[in-house]
Amino acid sequence: MKESPADGSVAVESLQDDEAWTRVLRPGRSLFSIPWRELWRYRDLVWLLTVRDVSTSYHQTVLGPAWFILQPLMVTVVFSYLFGRMANFQSDGIPHYLFYMGGLVPWLFFSESVNKNANVFVQNAQLFSKVYFPQLAVPIAGVLTNLVPMAVQFGLFLIGLIYYLVIGDPWTKPTWWILATPLLFVQLGALGLGIGCAVSALSRRFRDLAYGVKIGMQLLMFGSAIVFPLSRVKDPADRLLFFLNPVVPPIEYFRYAFVGRSLVEPWHLAVSAVVSFAVCYIGLVLFHRAEQDAMDTV
Amino acid sequence: MSVVLRLENLGKAFRLGELDRKDFFRDWKRKLFTHEAPEDDASLFWALRDISFDVQEGEVVGLLGRNGAGKSTLLKIVSQITAPTRGCVKMKGRIASLLELGTGFHPDLTGRDNIFLNGVILGMTRREIASKLDEIIEFSGVEAFIDTPVKRYSVGMRVRLAFAVAAHLEAELLLVDEVLAVGDSVFQQRCLGKIGDVARSGRTVLFVSHSTATVEALCTRGVVLVDGRCEFDGTATQAIEYYGTSREVRETDLSKRTDRSGDGSIRITAVELRNARGQVIPAARAGDAVEVGLHYVRNAATILPGLAVDLMVTSHLGTPIFLQANWLGGVEFGDLPERGVFVCSIPKLPLPVGHFHMGFELRTRIRSKEIIDGIENAFELHVEPGDFFGTGKLPELRNGVCLVPGEWTLRPVDTATLQPKEAVVTP
Repeated sequence: MKESPADGSVAVESLQDDEAWTRVLRPGRSLFSIPWRELWRYRDLVWLLTVRDVSTSYHQTVLGPAWFILQPLMVTVVFSYLFGRMANFQSDGIPHYLFYMGGLVPWLFFSESVNKNANVFVQNAQLFSKVYFPQLAVPIAGVLTNLVPMAVQFGLFLIGLIYYLVIGDPWTKPTWWILATPLLFVQLGALGLGIGCAVSALSRRFRDLAYGVKIGMQLLMFGSAIVFPLSRVKDPADRLLFFLNPVVPPIEYFRYAFVGRSLVEPWHLAVSAVVSFAVCYIGLVLFHRAEQDAMDTV
Repeated sequence: MSVVLRLENLGKAFRLGELDRKDFFRDWKRKLFTHEAPEDDASLFWALRDISFDVQEGEVVGLLGRNGAGKSTLLKIVSQITAPTRGCVKMKGRIASLLELGTGFHPDLTGRDNIFLNGVILGMTRREIASKLDEIIEFSGVEAFIDTPVKRYSVGMRVRLAFAVAAHLEAELLLVDEVLAVGDSVFQQRCLGKIGDVARSGRTVLFVSHSTATVEALCTRGVVLVDGRCEFDGTATQAIEYYGTSREVRETDLSKRTDRSGDGSIRITAVELRNARGQVIPAARAGDAVEVGLHYVRNAATILPGLAVDLMVTSHLGTPIFLQANWLGGVEFGDLPERGVFVCSIPKLPLPVGHFHMGFELRTRIRSKEIIDGIENAFELHVEPGDFFGTGKLPELRNGVCLVPGEWTLRPVDTATLQPKEAVVTP
């Protein structure tokens, strides 16, 4: 197929033309390209957008950054009470606080990364329609921004962990695998970024998906074994289904590393990592393609 | 001299109308099955067609055209904000585009933080900004407030800060939209002065405007866009001349307007604006003598005497500013020839610099409810800086929507009685 103009994507090439053009804009698909080099050139922008988002969130609130702590803390208390006490869900003997927080810290990081990036084009139309820069900087900064509340929540989790270690809880047995947890957040961030970018790209003309993703994330939480241990899922086929959800293995890994109990196996992690990075790549590609004509349709 | 910007058969199409469910299914059907090129679609509107020209290093090119002629679209394509539908753009060197001042300013951040944020958005690195920070702050003239959140700034301060950042961009090719020249007239002069400096320093500028005065002052070359086509390309002066006489500017065609009222026994077909020498002009100057001409066609066999022709001028917000009509001066038109022009001469246009709307209404007689023809917003009246007060000074649009002449004197007060004394009479 020859060029399909109104498709709207642009190939930015560095050509060794007879005259050395530094930039050439033309209609045409750039199917699998991600502008890494340009993003690197604009790394300061990514950084400043992150700083801006962090320093202006919870601006003019009395509690300020305490909100980062309050959100998961309250959810943990409610979960511990509802599921742990009233419904009497098991948590494999793990202290409720560690069990729910252990699930929520990685989960919230992932889900916030999706939610924050699901509507990038509409939210930033004012900016995107006035100046050019690699627009992927915005979702990437969005994920980086989420690292701050995640770190705060993680600290909260560690405090609980130390408490249970000090009182000598028999079920709390951290392993050396905790050293690899940064990788887990890289994976969850990449997955969240990919899904967010894909939703942004696909919903720039029809916004249904952006609404759908909100409900989807709520439902996915229940499909991600945050509120119950996977040992409660008896049927091996059902359990496999859970492990095929790319969010589950990292979360289970987190619980395993810090508390020492989970059913996660290395191959689960491998599959989920491959899926996550593939989704991330697809999301970035879709987003980059959408960039070219997003401002005509938003 | 070398070519730094080349446009080759550039075209851009937009889809008309709102998107709805049908579009969704049609798009997918096309993507999956038919593979027809979407450009055949009748709902596409071509904002730009087949634009080709080269810009040499050091040229300052003014893009002239009415609203909707495609100037901004062209600038957006070259700025890489939106992709061309056809053709291509080739560029050399660093490009900086200024379509808006203060893009990305965050109200909660301080002036200093916003300098960095705005700067990196425009393509500078943090190190570059840091090395110019003092200069930028000094240029902006808001040193005292640089660590205050921008939301506490006045509009003027914000604009000055934003312009200070923009003025320190280093680029070989600068794309500028005239809407950038906002703020008070002193500041506008400073903006334009800075653009002039840039131009003289040998850098290349592409400048979008519908003000011929600005293009004349700044540009070496002018390109006139009409309906998305490049109609003229030459020196700035030639382009302004062409723009002034081009069909599109000569009159605003109203014959196809549907937003009109009245029974249609007379139809206004076009509106035109002329200066004192009888030349058709695209924009009037504050304080100049202008003529508004309403071209009409008489469709009914006879028109009763006492015809009232009202001309209304409203602000861009729709606030009425003034009404001028034949009956105010006691003029009756009598028997109307089949075609003609109702001409309203305004000896001294009392409007400040800005955009205004002009509407008209033809009625059978004064204050009658029987409307013959009327369009509320028939014509966009652009007012450029002029010499209303004989001093070259003008208030701004935000001070008031009209200009009123006045004289000022000082009258001393008798300190004993506190009664004003007679004005000091100077022989």
